[in-house]
Order: sequence, then C-alpha cells, then structure tokens
Amino acid sequence: MDVETTQLAPKQYKSGLKPVWCPGCGDFGVLSSITRALSVLGLRREEVAVISGIGCSSRIPAYLDVYGFHAVHGRALPLATGLKIARPDLTVLVAGGDGDGFSIGGNHFMHACRRNTDLTYIVMDNQVYGMTKGQASPTTDPDWEAGKLTPGGTGINPFQPLVIALASGANFIARCSSSDPNGTAQTIVEAIQHPGFSFVQILSPCVTFRPEQRQWKNLVHPAPVEPTDDPARAARRLLTDDAYFTGVLYLGQRAPNEPVPKQSRDGIAALEEEFKVAST
Amino acid sequence: MHRPDDKGLIIGSTDELLAHAMAIEMEAAERYEELADQMEMHNNPEVAELFSKLAEIEGKHIQQVRDLGGDDELSLKTRWKYGWAEPGVSEAPDYEDVHYLMQPYHAVSLALRAERRAVSFFVEVGEQSEDEEVVAMAARLAQDERNHVTLLEEWLNILPEPDEDWADDPDPPAEG
Repeated sequence: MDVETTQLAPKQYKSGLKPVWCPGCGDFGVLSSITRALSVLGLRREEVAVISGIGCSSRIPAYLDVYGFHAVHGRALPLATGLKIARPDLTVLVAGGDGDGFSIGGNHFMHACRRNTDLTYIVMDNQVYGMTKGQASPTTDPDWEAGKLTPGGTGINPFQPLVIALASGANFIARCSSSDPNGTAQTIVEAIQHPGFSFVQILSPCVTFRPEQRQWKNLVHPAPVEPTDDPARAARRLLTDDAYFTGVLYLGQRAPNEPVPKQSRDGIAALEEEFKVAST
Repeated sequence: MHRPDDKGLIIGSTDELLAHAMAIEMEAAERYEELADQMEMHNNPEVAELFSKLAEIEGKHIQQVRDLGGDDELSLKTRWKYGWAEPGVSEAPDYEDVHYLMQPYHAVSLALRAERRAVSFFVEVGEQSEDEEVVAMAARLAQDERNHVTLLEEWLNILPEPDEDWADDPDPPAEG
C-alpha cells in the first residue's frame, strides 16, 4: 500500500468494489459515514484497519480501501483486540450486525466492553438476520411476526445493546441513524478519538426483510441531554430510552487497556522449543 | 456558521456560503454516483443511467459554484461541520428512498425533492443573514436551485407515471 501524504476525500477511502447490498439498505449510509470520518481525521489508508464478522453489514471491509479482515461469525472483536494490542499505532474499527455482535458474538461484546481496549465498534442494527433471509435477531421486538422461524413473534424481550455496553464497561456509548450520514460521521470521529472501547449502535434499516424500517428516519430524534461521564446518570437515562434517541450517551474516563506484548520469538525453532515434551 | 436555538442558520461570509454550496453539490454528485452503482448491481440499467446523468449534472453545478469563487479545499476540510449536514437539509436523496425496481419517474421525483430542499436552504440563509453580500449570494444560489427544479419538473412531465404494481416482483428476495 502506498503511503499517503495529503488529506484524502471520503470517496478515496472506498475500494471501488460496488456493494451488493439491496438498494435502500442503511449500510450504504454507514459506509459513507465511515469514509467521511476517516477523511475528517486525516488518517492515511495504511493507518486504519476494519475488522468484521459475518452478515450483510460485515461485508464492509471489502468496500473500503484500508486494511481489512472479514472474520469468523461473531469473532470480530477478539481478532480486533489482538490486532490493536500487536499494532497499537493502527486505528482499528470493528464492524458488523446485531446478530453477529449480540448473539453469536454476544459474549465477546461484553468482554470487549469490560477489557476496554482502544477500539471503535460499529454495529449496524436492523433487528433481523438479513443475509439468511429474515430471521429474528437478538434486538428484534417480541411481537415481530414476519419471521418464518417465529411466526407468532419471538415473545422474548429484545437485547438492549446500550444497557449491556454501559453495564459491561464500554468507555464511549452512542446511538446514530444511517439516515443521517453526516451526524453519524461526526459521532464516529468522536468515538475514534475517545480512548478505550467505543460502542456505536447505528439504526440501519433492512428494507427487504423489515420494509417498515424505512420509517426509522422519521422516528429518530436527538437525545435532549448532553453526554455524561457518570454511569449512574447514563443508566437512568436509558430507563427512559424509547429506542430512537440518537447522540452520545456516555463518555467514560476509564484508562484503556494497553498491555505490552512480549518480545516476539526469534523463530519457529524457539516456538518448538517452548512446546517440547520433556523426556522422562 | 452556527444555528442558535430558534434563530435559524446564520452564515457569516460569502466564502463560507460558497463552501456550503460546494459541499452540498459534492454530496449530491457522490450520492447519485452511489445510487447509479446500486441500480447497476441490481440490473436496473435504465435508472442506473439516469442516476449517472444526475451525477454528471451535479458535477456541472460544482463547477458553477467553483466559478463563483467556491474553494474545493475549504469545502473538503470543513464540509461535515456545516449546518446543511442535518438530516432533511442536504440536496442528496436519502438512501432509504430507493428501490431496486424503481423507475425513471421515481428517480426524477427524488431528485426534484432534493433540489427543492436546496432552494429552501438558500432561502433560509438569505433570510437569516444581515450581511448584504451573503444575502445577494444566497439569492443567486437559490435562483440557480429554482432553475434546477424547473428543469426537473419539465423532465418529470414527459416521463410515464409508474403503474400501481411497479414494486411487484414475481420472484421477490423476501420469499424463499
């Protein structure tokens, strides 16, 4: 990859590969917001890595001209954590959907919040598994009856990503809407700049399996309060959350986890030596 | 630029206003390019071509603003901080408003709505400013946008209105 010397325009962070997402999909807006954020921060392409899981939204690294890795389902966060520890100089973004992040990767989500490594985790939440043709996800409302596997609705209360992020120790928590690419870009900039684990939930409609979500853009509204660094106050605000508030909720002050990895081994021989079975 | 509560959008100089105008046109041009790609990927070549044409037209608008003194670099560096960047203000159509089976009539209707938003934006800027140069430039830019609206209205008039069942797909992606 060539080393950049000038500030890039947002479109220069795009790979040129045309997204296969359905027209109308909110993920287009998120892709646009990420490129705008990288441009505003003046980051060179070789200074950024985007790690994703599996799902429609997890295709995003392919559409960006930065380092990227399309990982195993639900395992984007541990991979990104390893990368950030090995290469703390990189700006590491993690991207995926609600199924990948909160179901298959749910445990990793909690522990990434707790660990507080300096990552920015962007979850494109459409409350459905779109790539597999429309099953209920962890954030689906209990009365959504259009899913073929749950014809009477799931009957289960949805996962609350912001609540779990706060309770687990995330250092920056925000919600955005893909219908506001400029506002979302600004929030992503703030998330990248804030030290520690930053979590950004982006309401990103699936117009194919949840066509009613086209109306989200008319439902979202900025939260009427400023961000807080007090977790108790943030928790109280979440009690009155109507799921459509947008903005930064919480700016934590916890120092990020920045372990210094041990010196690399000299080579394969040294590694083999470490695993050598002692003869008796 | 700032938008104090209940006082609307206030732009302090013609340089700032032209930077806004450049940013608006740049975003619209990029959005139409993206929408053209989406339609191409989903085998809707007629609308893909139309969105490409709209992107080209927006490219010409960028040049027009540049000729008035718009600064590319200033727009690029600060474009995301501008007041126009609020939802429902920009000249670019919303991502959610497209459909893989949409027809040229829908595409031009979308563009028309976006241009009308741009007219409203520049009218508001003119009404809120007390700087004569800003007022004059805002009036000029609003008139340019009105001209775009007129062209799109004429274009829309010659396009056939879609049938009611335009979105019916005999092999819909949501089945299966």
